[in-house]
Amino acid sequence: MKPFELTDTSALEIDHVSHRYGARVALDDVSLTVRQSSFTVLLGLNGAGKSTLFSLITRLYAIRSGQIRIFGHNVANEPGAALSKLGVVFQSRALDIDISVRQNLMYHAALHGIASKRARELIAQVLDRVAMTDRSLDRVGNLSIGQMRRIEIARALLHQPRLLLLDEPTVGLDIKARGDILDHVRRLTTVEGIGVLWATHLIDEAGAGDDVVVLHKGRVLAHGALGEVVGGSGGSDLRDAFNRLTGAADQDELESAR
Amino acid sequence: MTATGEAIDRRGFSLAQYVICLEGIVWREALRFIHQRERFVSALVRPLVWLFIFAAGFRQVLGVSIIPPYQTYVLYEVYITPGLIAMIQLFNGMQSSLTMVYDRETGGMRTLLVSPFPRWWLLTSKLLAGTLVSVLQAYVFLLIAWFWEIEAPPLGYLALLPALLLSGFMLGALGMLISSLIKQLENFAGVMNFVIFPMFFASSALYPLWRVKESSLLLYYICELNPFTHATELIRFALYEQINWVSLGVVLGCTMVFLFGAILAYDPARGFLARRAGPAS
Repeated sequence: MKPFELTDTSALEIDHVSHRYGARVALDDVSLTVRQSSFTVLLGLNGAGKSTLFSLITRLYAIRSGQIRIFGHNVANEPGAALSKLGVVFQSRALDIDISVRQNLMYHAALHGIASKRARELIAQVLDRVAMTDRSLDRVGNLSIGQMRRIEIARALLHQPRLLLLDEPTVGLDIKARGDILDHVRRLTTVEGIGVLWATHLIDEAGAGDDVVVLHKGRVLAHGALGEVVGGSGGSDLRDAFNRLTGAADQDELESAR
Repeated sequence: MTATGEAIDRRGFSLAQYVICLEGIVWREALRFIHQRERFVSALVRPLVWLFIFAAGFRQVLGVSIIPPYQTYVLYEVYITPGLIAMIQLFNGMQSSLTMVYDRETGGMRTLLVSPFPRWWLLTSKLLAGTLVSVLQAYVFLLIAWFWEIEAPPLGYLALLPALLLSGFMLGALGMLISSLIKQLENFAGVMNFVIFPMFFASSALYPLWRVKESSLLLYYICELNPFTHATELIRFALYEQINWVSLGVVLGCTMVFLFGAILAYDPARGFLARRAGPAS
């Protein structure tokens, strides 16, 4: 394996970002960082603003207030440089089920300007990494959901990004497939130094040594190492901490509404 | 980390990489096309029904006098063939616009837009890919029509190519613009009723405009203003080795406007995407 160098730059910096849809506030002054080589869990219930945040990071929506930087490249000003360092696994399926795994990956390589000879080498590498080499000629539609997820991850890693975003990547998977995917992605942070932002509503997907961001109704309630977040809230474990934090936030909201 | 990573760091892509991206998008469209043969067949059946049944029925009713580019009296089937080619492209443009809405919902569109290439390049490549499919459909239709004794001069088939590329691009760009305005994957009927039918019927595709003028002057002006009329006329003249300069100008102008509009609409900073009521979930 290649050794990786760590610099001071954060893999991802989100700086005072707010976003609204009409009158509804989806994100309210959100700031967070994903360190290089770290596994950061973005924890939030459905509707917390995770998908909006992802749409902003991937430049699907314009950033109206605040800044997002990927390895120091501002997404708004230098989208090319920023996006080339970014790999994304979307919540919705992004693979074409009619064509083969390899054809899907070749298409993705082309979207990153990678010539076919180099693309073939990279495809071999990423398929090996997710243990799917023997399925490269299969039609994507013939794969199980877990296998499709692994191919989605392979696709996101193909252009060798330094930051990987995953939006609820374990939805619809059984316990074993979930564990496999988590292991695969955790290994990427330790072995390859990739920074990972893993969005989920499943609290048990966060492990010791992870960074945790608690997002609730568009606001960041806590951000730090798992131990700090739990300690800061006075909870006994992350689930308890999550309930205390979100409960307190809801209470504040109720009181201010009165 | 690798050569590719560093190259991108030094700002931008090389021209060769732009071409790789374009090829990849066209290649994927071609693959999709191969795997969805039913779509291709149904796209062909539609104009053939018009040609074999509608045109045969109206043959005795509508005589077409000598108007450019024709040098003799022509049969009604011959007259409507260019219009049907334009119809193929119109449907194709609208259909690919709906695929974009569908893609946007499944994540395929996201994959495309997250590419680090400039968005105008991604959208133009996608348009070109769709246009190439419609050009292929048009030629297959002409081949079948040839057996129905609708024959154009041999060089006309060659002269048709640039006209088809241009009209396909215009109609595709229009579809793309419309796709940015559609919120969800609505049924095809809306687009049919409000875009395809009015454009098709208020044009020179089925009847020469001088006939329309005889019945309603207002309708005549509407037909003249319809870009689809000019796509049809551009195709008609090209098929007979001639250039209709007015139509060429109109189609070129509309292509630019629609394409520009579509690129703006998909630009995150200005587009309609961001103004929507948020993600589907």
